[in-house]
Amino acid sequence: MHPAFSVILLTTLIGAGQGLFLALYTGESYSVVELLPPQSSQFYALGSAIAVVFLIGGLAASFFHLGHPERAWRSAAMWRTSWLSREVIVLPLVIGLIALYGLAHYLRLDLKIFGVETNVRGDLTLLIGAAGSLATFGLFICTGMIYACIKFLQEWHSPLTVINYILLGTACGFTLATAFAVYGAPDLVNFYGAWAIIITLAALVTRAASLIRNARIRHKSSLRTAIGVRHSKITQKSQGLMGGSFNTREFFHGTPLWFFRSVKWIFLVLVFPVPVALLLAGLLGHSLTLLYTAFVVQYAGLLAERWFFFAQANHPQNLYYQTVG
Amino acid sequence: MSQLALVIDLNVCVGCHACVTSCKEWNTSGTAGYMSDDRPYGEDPTGTFFNRVQTFEIGEYPNTDTVHFPKSCLHCEDPPCVPVCPTGASYKRPEDGIVLVDYDKCIGCKYCSWACPYGVRELDEHQKVMKKCTLCVDRIYDQSLPEAERKPACVMACPTSARLFGDVHDPESEVSIAIRESGGFALMPEWGTHPANHYLPRRKTQITIHKDELVRADNPLKKEGKLPKPDINEPSLDDVTSW
Ligand code: SF4
Ligand code: SF4
Repeated sequence: MHPAFSVILLTTLIGAGQGLFLALYTGESYSVVELLPPQSSQFYALGSAIAVVFLIGGLAASFFHLGHPERAWRSAAMWRTSWLSREVIVLPLVIGLIALYGLAHYLRLDLKIFGVETNVRGDLTLLIGAAGSLATFGLFICTGMIYACIKFLQEWHSPLTVINYILLGTACGFTLATAFAVYGAPDLVNFYGAWAIIITLAALVTRAASLIRNARIRHKSSLRTAIGVRHSKITQKSQGLMGGSFNTREFFHGTPLWFFRSVKWIFLVLVFPVPVALLLAGLLGHSLTLLYTAFVVQYAGLLAERWFFFAQANHPQNLYYQTVG
Repeated sequence: MSQLALVIDLNVCVGCHACVTSCKEWNTSGTAGYMSDDRPYGEDPTGTFFNRVQTFEIGEYPNTDTVHFPKSCLHCEDPPCVPVCPTGASYKRPEDGIVLVDYDKCIGCKYCSWACPYGVRELDEHQKVMKKCTLCVDRIYDQSLPEAERKPACVMACPTSARLFGDVHDPESEVSIAIRESGGFALMPEWGTHPANHYLPRRKTQITIHKDELVRADNPLKKEGKLPKPDINEPSLDDVTSW
Protein backbone atom coordinates (compact mmCIF):
# COMPACT_ATOMS: atom_id res chain seq x y z
CA MET A 1 0.00 0.00 0.00
CA HIS A 2 1.04 3.58 -0.49
CA PRO A 3 1.85 5.08 2.91
CA ALA A 4 -0.12 8.34 3.21
CA PHE A 5 1.68 10.84 5.41
CA SER A 6 -1.59 12.06 6.92
CA VAL A 7 -2.45 8.59 8.16
CA ILE A 8 1.09 7.99 9.46
CA LEU A 9 0.82 11.22 11.47
CA LEU A 10 -2.70 10.43 12.62
CA THR A 11 -1.88 7.00 14.01
CA THR A 12 1.44 7.94 15.62
CA LEU A 13 0.19 11.19 17.19
CA ILE A 14 -2.96 9.73 18.69
CA GLY A 15 -0.94 6.71 19.87
CA ALA A 16 1.45 8.99 21.80
CA GLY A 17 -1.45 11.01 23.26
CA GLN A 18 -3.34 7.90 24.31
CA GLY A 19 -0.20 6.41 25.85
CA LEU A 20 0.54 9.60 27.79
CA PHE A 21 -2.96 9.64 29.21
CA LEU A 22 -2.72 5.99 30.22
CA ALA A 23 0.56 6.82 31.97
CA LEU A 24 -1.05 9.71 33.87
CA TYR A 25 -3.98 7.60 34.93
CA THR A 26 -1.78 4.68 35.96
CA GLY A 27 0.22 7.05 38.15
CA GLU A 28 -2.94 8.39 39.75
CA SER A 29 -4.41 4.93 40.37
CA TYR A 30 -1.17 3.78 42.02
CA SER A 31 -1.21 6.82 44.26
CA VAL A 32 -4.75 6.11 45.44
CA VAL A 33 -3.71 2.73 46.79
CA GLU A 34 -0.59 4.43 48.14
CA LEU A 35 1.91 2.58 46.04
CA LEU A 36 3.18 5.91 44.78
CA PRO A 37 3.16 9.36 46.33
CA PRO A 38 0.26 11.55 45.17
CA GLN A 39 1.03 14.27 42.67
CA SER A 40 -0.11 17.84 42.26
CA SER A 41 -3.25 18.53 40.29
CA GLN A 42 -1.24 20.72 37.96
CA PHE A 43 0.82 17.73 36.89
CA TYR A 44 -2.24 15.80 35.75
CA ALA A 45 -3.90 18.87 34.27
CA LEU A 46 -0.87 19.83 32.22
CA GLY A 47 -0.23 16.21 31.23
CA SER A 48 -3.82 15.84 30.02
CA ALA A 49 -3.47 19.07 28.06
CA ILE A 50 -0.38 17.68 26.30
CA ALA A 51 -2.22 14.42 25.55
CA VAL A 52 -5.14 16.39 24.12
CA VAL A 53 -2.76 18.41 21.93
CA PHE A 54 -1.34 15.18 20.48
CA LEU A 55 -4.79 13.76 19.85
CA ILE A 56 -6.07 16.92 18.22
CA GLY A 57 -2.93 17.04 16.10
CA GLY A 58 -3.72 13.52 14.92
CA LEU A 59 -7.33 14.43 14.24
CA ALA A 60 -6.22 17.44 12.22
CA ALA A 61 -3.79 15.32 10.21
CA SER A 62 -6.56 12.86 9.38
CA PHE A 63 -8.53 15.56 7.59
CA PHE A 64 -5.79 15.86 5.01
CA HIS A 65 -6.48 12.27 4.05
CA LEU A 66 -10.06 13.02 3.02
CA GLY A 67 -11.22 14.15 -0.37
CA HIS A 68 -14.13 16.00 1.22
CA PRO A 69 -13.16 16.99 4.77
CA GLU A 70 -16.24 19.22 5.01
CA ARG A 71 -18.40 16.09 4.93
CA ALA A 72 -16.37 14.31 7.62
CA TRP A 73 -19.29 14.42 10.05
CA ARG A 74 -21.08 11.90 7.84
CA SER A 75 -18.51 9.28 8.70
CA ALA A 76 -20.06 8.63 12.11
CA ALA A 77 -23.06 7.05 10.41
CA MET A 78 -22.09 3.44 9.85
CA TRP A 79 -20.65 2.49 13.25
CA ARG A 80 -22.55 -0.79 13.15
CA THR A 81 -20.37 -2.17 10.37
CA SER A 82 -17.34 0.06 9.88
CA TRP A 83 -14.32 0.24 12.17
CA LEU A 84 -13.40 3.53 10.56
CA SER A 85 -16.76 4.93 11.59
CA ARG A 86 -16.25 3.62 15.10
CA GLU A 87 -12.86 5.31 15.28
CA VAL A 88 -14.44 8.55 14.13
CA ILE A 89 -16.83 8.35 17.08
CA VAL A 90 -14.36 7.17 19.72
CA LEU A 91 -11.58 9.65 18.91
CA PRO A 92 -13.54 12.78 19.90
CA LEU A 93 -14.89 10.85 22.88
CA VAL A 94 -11.34 10.14 24.05
CA ILE A 95 -10.34 13.75 23.52
CA GLY A 96 -13.39 14.91 25.48
CA LEU A 97 -12.83 12.54 28.39
CA ILE A 98 -9.13 13.40 28.66
CA ALA A 99 -9.95 17.10 28.55
CA LEU A 100 -12.57 16.58 31.24
CA TYR A 101 -10.08 14.60 33.31
CA GLY A 102 -7.55 17.41 33.04
CA LEU A 103 -10.18 20.02 33.83
CA ALA A 104 -11.42 18.16 36.89
CA HIS A 105 -7.84 18.04 38.13
CA TYR A 106 -7.25 21.67 37.31
CA LEU A 107 -10.35 22.78 39.21
CA ARG A 108 -9.74 20.16 41.92
CA LEU A 109 -13.26 18.83 41.57
CA ASP A 110 -14.49 15.69 43.27
CA LEU A 111 -17.79 13.90 43.67
CA LYS A 112 -18.86 16.39 46.34
CA ILE A 113 -20.12 18.63 43.56
CA PHE A 114 -22.78 15.98 42.98
CA GLY A 115 -23.40 15.72 46.72
CA VAL A 116 -21.67 12.35 47.05
CA GLU A 117 -19.14 11.85 49.84
CA THR A 118 -16.68 9.00 49.30
CA ASN A 119 -13.59 10.04 51.26
CA VAL A 120 -11.43 8.85 48.37
CA ARG A 121 -8.94 11.41 47.17
CA GLY A 122 -9.83 12.51 43.63
CA ASP A 123 -12.82 10.18 43.29
CA LEU A 124 -14.25 12.17 40.40
CA THR A 125 -11.03 12.19 38.38
CA LEU A 126 -10.62 8.47 39.03
CA LEU A 127 -14.05 7.83 37.53
CA ILE A 128 -13.48 10.06 34.53
CA GLY A 129 -10.04 8.54 34.11
CA ALA A 130 -11.47 5.02 34.18
CA ALA A 131 -13.92 5.95 31.44
CA GLY A 132 -11.11 7.66 29.57
CA SER A 133 -8.90 4.57 29.82
CA LEU A 134 -11.66 2.35 28.52
CA ALA A 135 -12.27 4.73 25.63
CA THR A 136 -8.51 4.93 24.99
CA PHE A 137 -8.26 1.17 24.67
CA GLY A 138 -11.36 1.23 22.51
CA LEU A 139 -9.66 3.75 20.25
CA PHE A 140 -6.54 1.59 19.98
CA ILE A 141 -8.74 -1.35 19.01
CA CYS A 142 -10.66 0.69 16.43
CA THR A 143 -7.45 1.98 14.88
CA GLY A 144 -5.92 -1.48 14.73
CA MET A 145 -9.09 -3.13 13.45
CA ILE A 146 -9.38 -0.67 10.55
CA TYR A 147 -6.36 -2.48 9.15
CA ALA A 148 -6.76 -5.91 10.70
CA CYS A 149 -10.32 -6.40 9.46
CA ILE A 150 -9.45 -6.44 5.75
CA LYS A 151 -8.87 -10.11 5.26
CA PHE A 152 -7.12 -10.01 1.92
CA LEU A 153 -4.50 -7.57 3.19
CA GLN A 154 -2.94 -10.61 4.77
CA GLU A 155 -0.02 -8.72 6.32
CA TRP A 156 -2.54 -6.78 8.41
CA HIS A 157 -5.16 -9.45 8.99
CA SER A 158 -3.89 -10.61 12.35
CA PRO A 159 -4.50 -9.86 16.05
CA LEU A 160 -0.85 -8.75 16.13
CA THR A 161 -1.85 -5.60 14.25
CA VAL A 162 -4.13 -4.49 17.09
CA ILE A 163 -1.65 -5.55 19.77
CA ASN A 164 1.12 -3.60 18.08
CA TYR A 165 -1.00 -0.46 17.89
CA ILE A 166 -1.72 -0.75 21.61
CA LEU A 167 1.84 -1.51 22.69
CA LEU A 168 3.65 0.91 20.39
CA GLY A 169 1.33 3.80 21.27
CA THR A 170 1.55 3.07 24.98
CA ALA A 171 5.34 2.71 24.89
CA CYS A 172 5.67 6.07 23.16
CA GLY A 173 3.29 7.69 25.67
CA PHE A 174 5.15 6.30 28.67
CA THR A 175 8.47 7.50 27.27
CA LEU A 176 6.96 10.96 26.92
CA ALA A 177 5.52 10.70 30.44
CA THR A 178 9.00 9.88 31.79
CA ALA A 179 10.46 13.09 30.43
CA PHE A 180 7.39 15.09 31.37
CA ALA A 181 7.45 13.80 34.96
CA VAL A 182 10.87 15.37 35.50
CA TYR A 183 9.10 18.74 35.68
CA GLY A 184 5.95 18.03 37.57
CA ALA A 185 6.41 14.74 39.39
CA PRO A 186 10.04 13.80 40.03
CA ASP A 187 8.87 10.86 42.19
CA LEU A 188 7.31 9.22 39.18
CA VAL A 189 10.26 9.45 36.78
CA ASN A 190 11.65 6.05 37.66
CA PHE A 191 8.19 4.48 37.68
CA TYR A 192 7.35 5.79 34.22
CA GLY A 193 10.83 5.09 32.91
CA ALA A 194 10.73 1.47 34.03
CA TRP A 195 7.31 0.95 32.47
CA ALA A 196 8.38 2.69 29.28
CA ILE A 197 11.28 0.25 28.97
CA ILE A 198 9.09 -2.77 29.76
CA ILE A 199 6.37 -1.79 27.29
CA THR A 200 8.92 -0.95 24.62
CA LEU A 201 10.49 -4.39 25.01
CA ALA A 202 7.06 -6.03 24.93
CA ALA A 203 6.28 -4.11 21.75
CA LEU A 204 9.57 -5.32 20.29
CA VAL A 205 8.45 -8.89 20.85
CA THR A 206 5.05 -8.44 19.21
CA ARG A 207 6.33 -6.27 16.36
CA ALA A 208 9.08 -8.78 15.66
CA ALA A 209 6.45 -11.51 15.74
CA SER A 210 4.44 -9.71 13.09
CA LEU A 211 7.57 -9.15 10.97
CA ILE A 212 8.37 -12.86 11.16
CA ARG A 213 4.76 -13.74 10.36
CA ASN A 214 4.75 -11.42 7.38
CA ALA A 215 8.04 -12.73 6.07
CA ARG A 216 6.56 -16.21 5.89
CA ILE A 217 3.16 -15.25 4.58
CA ARG A 218 1.76 -17.19 1.65
CA HIS A 219 -0.56 -15.06 -0.39
CA LYS A 220 -3.82 -16.74 -1.17
CA SER A 221 -4.42 -14.85 -4.40
CA SER A 222 -2.34 -15.30 -7.49
CA LEU A 223 -2.71 -14.39 -11.15
CA ARG A 224 -4.38 -17.77 -11.54
CA THR A 225 -7.26 -16.90 -9.25
CA ALA A 226 -7.20 -13.27 -10.37
CA ILE A 227 -8.06 -14.08 -13.97
CA GLY A 228 -9.27 -17.63 -13.47
CA VAL A 229 -6.80 -19.36 -15.78
CA ARG A 230 -5.11 -22.40 -14.38
CA HIS A 231 -1.58 -22.22 -15.68
CA SER A 232 1.71 -21.89 -13.86
CA LYS A 233 3.03 -19.29 -16.26
CA ILE A 234 0.89 -16.21 -16.74
CA THR A 235 2.43 -12.87 -17.65
CA GLN A 236 0.69 -9.56 -17.94
CA LYS A 237 1.21 -7.86 -21.27
CA SER A 238 -0.88 -4.77 -20.69
CA GLN A 239 -2.75 -3.29 -17.75
CA GLY A 240 -5.07 -1.36 -20.00
CA LEU A 241 -3.52 2.06 -19.45
CA MET A 242 -0.28 3.67 -20.50
CA GLY A 243 0.04 6.31 -17.78
CA GLY A 244 -0.73 5.95 -14.10
CA SER A 245 -4.10 5.52 -12.47
CA PHE A 246 -5.49 5.51 -8.96
CA ASN A 247 -4.72 1.80 -8.87
CA THR A 248 -1.04 2.26 -9.64
CA ARG A 249 -0.65 5.13 -7.16
CA GLU A 250 -2.67 4.07 -4.12
CA PHE A 251 -1.54 0.48 -3.76
CA PHE A 252 2.20 0.55 -4.38
CA HIS A 253 4.75 2.21 -2.11
CA GLY A 254 6.76 3.10 -5.19
CA THR A 255 10.21 3.06 -3.59
CA PRO A 256 13.18 0.88 -4.49
CA LEU A 257 13.68 -2.34 -2.58
CA TRP A 258 16.82 -1.15 -0.79
CA PHE A 259 14.87 1.81 0.63
CA PHE A 260 11.99 -0.38 1.72
CA ARG A 261 14.39 -2.79 3.43
CA SER A 262 16.40 -0.09 5.15
CA VAL A 263 13.28 1.50 6.63
CA LYS A 264 12.66 -1.76 8.43
CA TRP A 265 16.07 -1.69 10.09
CA ILE A 266 15.83 2.03 10.77
CA PHE A 267 12.60 1.64 12.67
CA LEU A 268 13.76 -1.48 14.47
CA VAL A 269 16.74 0.48 15.78
CA LEU A 270 15.00 3.79 16.47
CA VAL A 271 11.87 2.45 18.17
CA PHE A 272 13.40 -0.17 20.43
CA PRO A 273 17.12 -0.29 21.43
CA VAL A 274 17.98 3.40 21.16
CA PRO A 275 15.10 4.73 23.30
CA VAL A 276 15.65 1.96 25.85
CA ALA A 277 19.35 2.86 26.09
CA LEU A 278 18.54 6.58 26.28
CA LEU A 279 15.90 5.97 28.95
CA LEU A 280 18.32 3.92 31.02
CA ALA A 281 21.06 6.50 30.66
CA GLY A 282 18.64 9.32 31.40
CA LEU A 283 17.25 7.61 34.50
CA LEU A 284 20.65 6.72 35.86
CA GLY A 285 22.24 10.04 34.95
CA HIS A 286 19.20 12.18 35.88
CA SER A 287 19.37 13.83 32.50
CA LEU A 288 16.25 15.46 31.17
CA THR A 289 17.83 15.95 27.74
CA LEU A 290 18.43 12.23 27.36
CA LEU A 291 14.86 11.43 28.38
CA TYR A 292 13.42 13.88 25.89
CA THR A 293 15.78 12.59 23.22
CA ALA A 294 14.44 9.11 23.97
CA PHE A 295 10.93 10.30 23.19
CA VAL A 296 11.91 12.20 20.04
CA VAL A 297 13.92 9.27 18.71
CA GLN A 298 11.16 6.81 19.47
CA TYR A 299 8.54 9.01 17.84
CA ALA A 300 10.69 9.41 14.73
CA GLY A 301 11.17 5.65 14.72
CA LEU A 302 7.42 5.15 14.92
CA LEU A 303 6.95 7.33 11.84
CA ALA A 304 9.27 4.93 10.02
CA GLU A 305 7.49 1.96 11.59
CA ARG A 306 4.13 3.19 10.32
CA TRP A 307 5.54 3.85 6.85
CA PHE A 308 6.80 0.30 6.76
CA PHE A 309 3.52 -1.05 8.09
CA PHE A 310 1.70 0.40 5.09
CA ALA A 311 4.39 -0.27 2.51
CA GLN A 312 4.65 -3.91 3.49
CA ALA A 313 0.97 -4.69 2.95
CA ASN A 314 0.50 -6.30 -0.41
CA HIS A 315 -2.92 -5.71 -1.92
CA PRO A 316 -4.24 -8.45 -4.22
CA GLN A 317 -5.31 -5.80 -6.75
CA ASN A 318 -1.60 -5.32 -7.49
CA LEU A 319 -1.74 -8.61 -9.39
CA TYR A 320 -3.69 -6.76 -12.07
CA TYR A 321 -1.18 -3.93 -12.32
CA GLN A 322 2.18 -5.53 -13.03
CA THR A 323 3.01 -4.36 -16.54
CA VAL A 324 2.21 -1.09 -18.26
CA GLY A 325 2.07 -2.60 -21.73
CA MET B 1 -34.71 -10.55 -5.60
CA SER B 2 -32.74 -10.10 -8.72
CA GLN B 3 -29.02 -9.61 -9.12
CA LEU B 4 -28.02 -7.88 -12.29
CA ALA B 5 -24.59 -8.74 -13.60
CA LEU B 6 -22.33 -9.02 -16.59
CA VAL B 7 -20.99 -12.24 -18.01
CA ILE B 8 -17.82 -11.75 -20.00
CA ASP B 9 -16.74 -14.35 -22.48
CA LEU B 10 -12.95 -14.51 -22.53
CA ASN B 11 -13.18 -16.84 -25.48
CA VAL B 12 -14.66 -14.10 -27.62
CA CYS B 13 -13.12 -10.87 -26.32
CA VAL B 14 -10.63 -9.53 -28.83
CA GLY B 15 -9.31 -6.77 -26.61
CA CYS B 16 -10.53 -3.88 -28.75
CA HIS B 17 -11.35 -1.58 -25.79
CA ALA B 18 -14.68 -0.59 -27.34
CA CYS B 19 -16.36 -1.24 -23.99
CA VAL B 20 -13.82 0.99 -22.25
CA THR B 21 -14.42 3.95 -24.51
CA SER B 22 -18.18 3.62 -24.67
CA CYS B 23 -18.32 3.25 -20.89
CA LYS B 24 -16.30 6.41 -20.47
CA GLU B 25 -18.36 8.25 -23.07
CA TRP B 26 -21.67 7.33 -21.49
CA ASN B 27 -20.67 7.87 -17.90
CA THR B 28 -18.72 11.07 -18.37
CA SER B 29 -21.78 12.64 -19.99
CA GLY B 30 -24.24 11.58 -17.30
CA THR B 31 -25.93 13.55 -14.57
CA ALA B 32 -23.46 12.24 -12.01
CA GLY B 33 -20.77 14.46 -13.49
CA TYR B 34 -17.71 14.03 -15.61
CA MET B 35 -14.98 11.44 -15.15
CA SER B 36 -11.62 13.12 -14.82
CA ASP B 37 -9.07 12.99 -17.59
CA ASP B 38 -5.72 14.65 -17.06
CA ARG B 39 -3.21 15.19 -19.85
CA PRO B 40 -5.01 12.72 -22.13
CA TYR B 41 -2.59 13.45 -24.95
CA GLY B 42 0.36 14.38 -22.75
CA GLU B 43 3.30 12.45 -21.52
CA ASP B 44 1.75 11.11 -18.36
CA PRO B 45 -1.98 10.65 -18.97
CA THR B 46 -4.25 9.64 -16.14
CA GLY B 47 -7.96 9.51 -15.56
CA THR B 48 -10.90 7.75 -14.04
CA PHE B 49 -12.33 4.68 -15.72
CA PHE B 50 -14.99 2.23 -14.62
CA ASN B 51 -13.74 -0.46 -16.92
CA ARG B 52 -10.30 -1.50 -18.11
CA VAL B 53 -9.24 -4.16 -20.58
CA GLN B 54 -6.02 -5.91 -19.69
CA THR B 55 -4.02 -8.47 -21.60
CA PHE B 56 -2.33 -11.58 -20.28
CA GLU B 57 -0.16 -14.15 -21.95
CA ILE B 58 -0.62 -17.72 -20.84
CA GLY B 59 2.21 -20.20 -21.30
CA GLU B 60 5.63 -19.86 -22.79
CA TYR B 61 6.59 -18.97 -26.34
CA PRO B 62 5.79 -20.54 -28.78
CA ASN B 63 2.92 -22.21 -26.96
CA THR B 64 1.18 -19.09 -25.80
CA ASP B 65 -2.37 -18.03 -25.55
CA THR B 66 -3.42 -14.40 -25.31
CA VAL B 67 -6.26 -13.59 -22.98
CA HIS B 68 -7.89 -10.16 -23.10
CA PHE B 69 -9.43 -9.50 -19.77
CA PRO B 70 -12.03 -6.74 -19.23
CA LYS B 71 -12.25 -5.78 -15.57
CA SER B 72 -14.89 -3.68 -13.82
CA CYS B 73 -16.79 -3.84 -10.53
CA LEU B 74 -18.17 -7.36 -10.15
CA HIS B 75 -21.17 -6.25 -8.05
CA CYS B 76 -20.29 -8.86 -5.45
CA GLU B 77 -23.19 -10.54 -3.68
CA ASP B 78 -21.23 -10.21 -0.44
CA PRO B 79 -19.31 -7.01 -1.16
CA PRO B 80 -16.47 -6.34 1.30
CA CYS B 81 -16.34 -2.72 0.11
CA VAL B 82 -19.78 -1.85 1.48
CA PRO B 83 -19.66 -2.53 5.24
CA VAL B 84 -16.33 -0.70 5.67
CA CYS B 85 -17.67 2.59 4.29
CA PRO B 86 -18.02 4.93 7.29
CA THR B 87 -20.62 7.20 5.68
CA GLY B 88 -22.91 4.71 4.02
CA ALA B 89 -22.05 6.26 0.65
CA SER B 90 -21.23 2.80 -0.68
CA TYR B 91 -24.27 0.60 -0.73
CA LYS B 92 -25.79 -2.40 -2.44
CA ARG B 93 -29.27 -1.95 -3.81
CA PRO B 94 -31.56 -4.65 -2.45
CA GLU B 95 -33.83 -4.59 -5.48
CA ASP B 96 -31.29 -5.42 -8.20
CA GLY B 97 -28.00 -6.04 -6.39
CA ILE B 98 -26.12 -3.16 -8.02
CA VAL B 99 -23.34 -1.78 -5.81
CA LEU B 100 -23.30 2.02 -6.00
CA VAL B 101 -21.56 5.02 -4.48
CA ASP B 102 -23.57 8.06 -3.45
CA TYR B 103 -21.26 10.82 -4.66
CA ASP B 104 -22.97 13.37 -2.41
CA LYS B 105 -22.18 11.40 0.73
CA CYS B 106 -18.72 10.07 -0.10
CA ILE B 107 -15.94 11.79 1.86
CA GLY B 108 -13.17 10.34 -0.31
CA CYS B 109 -11.47 8.39 2.48
CA LYS B 110 -10.53 5.60 0.01
CA TYR B 111 -11.19 2.91 2.59
CA CYS B 112 -13.59 1.04 0.30
CA SER B 113 -10.94 0.82 -2.41
CA TRP B 114 -8.65 -0.88 0.09
CA ALA B 115 -11.45 -3.29 0.88
CA CYS B 116 -12.06 -4.37 -2.73
CA PRO B 117 -9.67 -7.16 -3.72
CA TYR B 118 -10.17 -6.52 -7.42
CA GLY B 119 -8.97 -2.92 -7.68
CA VAL B 120 -12.00 -1.66 -9.55
CA ARG B 121 -12.75 1.41 -7.46
CA GLU B 122 -11.00 4.58 -8.52
CA LEU B 123 -10.92 7.87 -6.68
CA ASP B 124 -11.71 10.73 -9.03
CA GLU B 125 -8.76 13.10 -8.75
CA HIS B 126 -10.86 16.21 -9.25
CA GLN B 127 -14.20 15.44 -7.66
CA LYS B 128 -12.42 13.58 -4.84
CA VAL B 129 -15.10 10.92 -4.57
CA MET B 130 -14.91 7.20 -5.17
CA LYS B 131 -16.11 5.99 -8.54
CA LYS B 132 -16.91 2.62 -9.96
CA CYS B 133 -19.08 0.81 -12.46
CA THR B 134 -22.80 1.47 -11.96
CA LEU B 135 -23.95 -1.14 -14.48
CA CYS B 136 -25.28 1.96 -16.27
CA VAL B 137 -28.04 2.26 -13.74
CA ASP B 138 -29.10 5.46 -15.51
CA ARG B 139 -29.59 3.56 -18.78
CA ILE B 140 -30.99 0.15 -18.01
CA TYR B 141 -34.25 1.48 -16.54
CA ASP B 142 -34.66 4.41 -18.91
CA GLN B 143 -38.17 4.09 -20.37
CA SER B 144 -37.35 6.59 -23.11
CA LEU B 145 -34.87 4.19 -24.66
CA PRO B 146 -36.07 1.36 -26.88
CA GLU B 147 -36.23 -1.88 -24.94
CA ALA B 148 -33.28 -3.39 -26.76
CA GLU B 149 -31.04 -0.50 -25.73
CA ARG B 150 -31.74 -0.74 -22.02
CA LYS B 151 -28.38 -2.37 -21.45
CA PRO B 152 -25.06 -1.10 -20.13
CA ALA B 153 -23.10 0.94 -22.66
CA CYS B 154 -20.26 -1.61 -22.71
CA VAL B 155 -22.65 -4.40 -23.66
CA MET B 156 -24.09 -2.30 -26.48
CA ALA B 157 -20.62 -1.48 -27.77
CA CYS B 158 -19.00 -4.89 -27.77
CA PRO B 159 -18.50 -5.87 -31.44
CA THR B 160 -18.05 -9.56 -30.65
CA SER B 161 -20.90 -9.88 -28.14
CA ALA B 162 -18.43 -10.96 -25.51
CA ARG B 163 -20.47 -9.18 -22.85
CA LEU B 164 -23.84 -10.50 -21.72
CA PHE B 165 -26.09 -8.68 -19.29
CA GLY B 166 -28.91 -9.98 -17.17
CA ASP B 167 -30.20 -11.32 -13.89
CA VAL B 168 -27.99 -14.08 -12.52
CA HIS B 169 -30.65 -15.04 -9.95
CA ASP B 170 -33.09 -16.01 -12.66
CA PRO B 171 -32.03 -19.54 -13.63
CA GLU B 172 -33.49 -19.20 -17.11
CA SER B 173 -31.85 -15.88 -18.00
CA GLU B 174 -29.30 -15.73 -20.80
CA VAL B 175 -26.52 -15.05 -18.31
CA SER B 176 -27.46 -17.89 -15.97
CA ILE B 177 -27.57 -20.33 -18.83
CA ALA B 178 -24.22 -19.10 -20.09
CA ILE B 179 -22.63 -19.48 -16.64
CA ARG B 180 -24.15 -22.90 -16.16
CA GLU B 181 -23.50 -24.36 -19.56
CA SER B 182 -20.25 -22.70 -20.59
CA GLY B 183 -18.25 -23.05 -17.41
CA GLY B 184 -18.72 -19.56 -15.98
CA PHE B 185 -16.38 -18.80 -13.08
CA ALA B 186 -15.87 -16.07 -10.47
CA LEU B 187 -12.66 -14.16 -9.80
CA MET B 188 -10.68 -14.75 -6.60
CA PRO B 189 -13.23 -17.11 -5.06
CA GLU B 190 -10.87 -17.44 -2.07
CA TRP B 191 -12.21 -14.25 -0.47
CA GLY B 192 -15.86 -15.25 -0.36
CA THR B 193 -17.06 -12.10 -2.09
CA HIS B 194 -19.35 -14.08 -4.41
CA PRO B 195 -19.00 -11.79 -7.41
CA ALA B 196 -22.18 -11.46 -9.43
CA ASN B 197 -20.21 -10.90 -12.63
CA HIS B 198 -18.85 -14.09 -14.12
CA TYR B 199 -16.32 -14.90 -16.80
CA LEU B 200 -16.54 -17.63 -19.40
CA PRO B 201 -13.26 -19.44 -19.98
CA ARG B 202 -11.23 -19.73 -23.15
CA ARG B 203 -12.50 -22.75 -25.02
CA LYS B 204 -10.67 -24.49 -27.82
CA THR B 205 -12.38 -26.41 -30.58
CA GLN B 206 -10.57 -29.71 -30.84
CA ILE B 207 -11.05 -33.03 -32.61
CA THR B 208 -9.54 -36.23 -31.42
CA ILE B 209 -7.66 -38.25 -34.06
CA HIS B 210 -6.71 -41.78 -33.17
CA LYS B 211 -3.50 -43.23 -34.48
CA ASP B 212 -5.12 -45.75 -36.80
CA GLU B 213 -7.04 -42.96 -38.42
CA LEU B 214 -3.79 -41.52 -39.70
CA VAL B 215 -3.24 -44.54 -41.92
CA ARG B 216 -5.72 -45.53 -44.62
CA ALA B 217 -7.09 -48.97 -44.02
CA ASP B 218 -7.86 -49.63 -47.72
CA ASN B 219 -4.27 -49.26 -48.80
CA PRO B 220 -3.01 -52.67 -49.76
CA LEU B 221 0.33 -51.38 -51.04
CA LYS B 222 0.92 -49.52 -47.75
CA LYS B 223 2.08 -46.58 -49.81
CA GLU B 224 0.98 -43.18 -48.60
CA GLY B 225 0.81 -40.28 -50.94
CA LYS B 226 -1.29 -39.18 -53.86
CA LEU B 227 -3.02 -41.95 -55.74
CA PRO B 228 -1.97 -42.38 -59.34
CA LYS B 229 -4.33 -40.64 -61.71
CA PRO B 230 -6.60 -43.18 -63.38
CA ASP B 231 -6.79 -43.18 -67.10
CA ILE B 232 -9.32 -40.86 -68.61
CA ASN B 233 -11.17 -43.85 -70.09
CA GLU B 234 -11.31 -45.81 -66.92
CA PRO B 235 -14.58 -45.89 -65.08
CA SER B 236 -14.76 -43.62 -62.14
CA LEU B 237 -16.39 -44.43 -58.82
CA ASP B 238 -19.70 -42.95 -59.68
CA ASP B 239 -19.44 -43.49 -63.46
CA VAL B 240 -20.25 -39.85 -63.98
CA THR B 241 -17.32 -37.72 -63.02
CA SER B 242 -13.97 -38.20 -64.52
CA TRP B 243 -10.65 -36.43 -64.36
S1 SF4 C 1 -15.86 -5.85 -7.24
FE1 SF4 C 1 -14.97 -4.63 -5.61
S2 SF4 C 1 -16.10 -2.69 -5.70
FE2 SF4 C 1 -17.31 -4.18 -6.84
S3 SF4 C 1 -18.76 -5.02 -5.31
FE3 SF4 C 1 -16.98 -6.40 -5.38
S4 SF4 C 1 -15.66 -5.66 -3.72
FE4 SF4 C 1 -17.12 -4.00 -4.17
S1 SF4 D 1 -14.22 6.68 -0.23
FE1 SF4 D 1 -16.40 7.25 -0.09
S2 SF4 D 1 -17.49 5.39 -0.66
FE2 SF4 D 1 -15.39 4.79 -0.16
S3 SF4 D 1 -15.42 4.21 2.02
FE3 SF4 D 1 -14.85 6.39 1.92
S4 SF4 D 1 -16.79 7.49 2.11
FE4 SF4 D 1 -17.32 5.36 1.58
